[in-house]
Amino acid sequence: MTEVNIRKSPAKFSIPKISSNVWKVWRRNADVFTKTIGVNFLPSLLEPILYLFAFGLGLGNFIPEINGMPFINFIAPALVAISLMNGAFFECTYGSFVRMYFQKTFDALVATPISIEEVVAGELLWGATRGTINCSIVLAVVGISGFFTAQPLITSPLFLLLPIIAFFAGLMLSSIAMCFTAVAPNIDFFNYPIFLIITPMLFLSGTFFPLASLPHAAQGIALTTLPLTHIVNLTRGALTGTTEVLFGLSTQILIPLSILWIALMTIVFFIVSINLMKKRLIR
Amino acid sequence: MEWVLFSDANVREVLIKATKLTKRYGGFVAVDGVDFEIYRGECVGFLGPNGAGKTTMVRMLYCFLPPTSGDLTIAGLSVRDKCMEIKQVVGVAPQEDNLDIDFSVLKNLVVYARYFGISKGEALKRSEEQLRFFQLQEKRDMHIEALSTGMKRRLIFARALLHNPQVLLLDEPTTGLDPQARHLVWDAVRQLKKMCVTIILTTHYMDEAEILCDRIIIVDHGKIIEDGKPKELIKKHIGENVLELDYDEALISFLKQAFSDARIETMGERMQVFTSKPYDMFEGFLHEHKLSNVTIRKANLEDVFLKLTGRGLRADD
Repeated sequence: MTEVNIRKSPAKFSIPKISSNVWKVWRRNADVFTKTIGVNFLPSLLEPILYLFAFGLGLGNFIPEINGMPFINFIAPALVAISLMNGAFFECTYGSFVRMYFQKTFDALVATPISIEEVVAGELLWGATRGTINCSIVLAVVGISGFFTAQPLITSPLFLLLPIIAFFAGLMLSSIAMCFTAVAPNIDFFNYPIFLIITPMLFLSGTFFPLASLPHAAQGIALTTLPLTHIVNLTRGALTGTTEVLFGLSTQILIPLSILWIALMTIVFFIVSINLMKKRLIR
Repeated sequence: MEWVLFSDANVREVLIKATKLTKRYGGFVAVDGVDFEIYRGECVGFLGPNGAGKTTMVRMLYCFLPPTSGDLTIAGLSVRDKCMEIKQVVGVAPQEDNLDIDFSVLKNLVVYARYFGISKGEALKRSEEQLRFFQLQEKRDMHIEALSTGMKRRLIFARALLHNPQVLLLDEPTTGLDPQARHLVWDAVRQLKKMCVTIILTTHYMDEAEILCDRIIIVDHGKIIEDGKPKELIKKHIGENVLELDYDEALISFLKQAFSDARIETMGERMQVFTSKPYDMFEGFLHEHKLSNVTIRKANLEDVFLKLTGRGLRADD
């Protein structure tokens, strides 16, 4: 009898094959979320209120206008972007790791007709959804707060497009997060990406001060390497109609550039993260 | 078309077939080119010391692990390219508890049924059926963490049966259970056997294997070293009875004289005499030599297992 093909490594790099099964994984996480909605909802509601109050109103009083708008109007879109980022990133690091490592949920799932690729893809879509939910909550907070500030915080009807943008930006960040989950030896490992990537990005992506005030080279680095820069570009564009002028590029160029950058990164990291997880889980 | 009843025990349908099945991890060979066949409706026990490769074999059966080489088919479907189809016909009760602690007992089943594409109404109906079968109706709204180990085990069984699988894989189904819970699990296995579900189980408890399994496959170092009905294996390797007595150096030569074909094993403070000689020969011997602390017991599967796999301790798998 002939030996059937011998494989060196069980998990070869490939474009993931996924079916509608991913939504079953998504539904599982959504069911858990709706069950514990009180615990999930309140922090994402309170945090932006505190930020708006402390930075926008408190600190903002001592700060002159930025790009022709009050400080609170400058940071409001950034708060939307940050909560989106946190929602997606934390879901696919801590959340996914707990389900994979401690709760063995993935093991239970792959004993059913759902493949490991679909499990991971479902997790990524759920992470994107968490980002979208967070983004929508903060958007509502910002919108309502706008009634009490000198100028409304939302001045462009484009804000209606934000949930769609949020989903894809969330998918990108979930996919990046999942790459860390795939290589995390233990749950404490996530301190590294959070303190080395997420926290610096929180401050250096045109969030709380204009990126345009930094040297030209720094703007270029932010545009090429920091995903949050592009998300902030889009949220700021959607809420106020304009972005900063970065690296000599105006709003008309930055918006399509940011969409393209996010789309590209989403595709790349989506595929890479699923392959890394396969490598971890198929032995 | 005329229906033919396959009541004849000789007409057996091969449901699972392994051909030169091999699993390697780097240089380590966990499963080393094994061949076996499992027939529809059979209950087969895979026995082996820790690290022998039995869990690896079971995990390959539901595509959790891909084989390195060789082939494995379930109902004619190969694990190489028909995983999704295989998982529709195989139910898995894994060794470790992987129930969804975020959900209640009933919700665990309903959500799991959804993974198989079972519609909501049907999922609810089947879940209730399973809860009744495993006597868990009263726990339906309880949290998973509030269940005892035995209840969790039964719920894992119930979950594995939601999609009416043809094959049920039980990986160490009673490890860590109290005797009451063990017996409940055994009862469930017996009932499932009656319903003609093909069952594959791994266990470290030889009494369990002897009671439940139609056939035993003993695995060591990734290879199948014996395969047969429990009773036949005992007869073949051990005989009918075993004489057990306190260790005494002087007695060994006596024993060897009395039972020329005997195999004498010492372990710590006790000696065991294995022989094909019938029961009354032992009795005669004991009549002649007044010894205390002696037992004559029936040979069992554990004797076979220890004979074939040795008494040395193994590393954990």
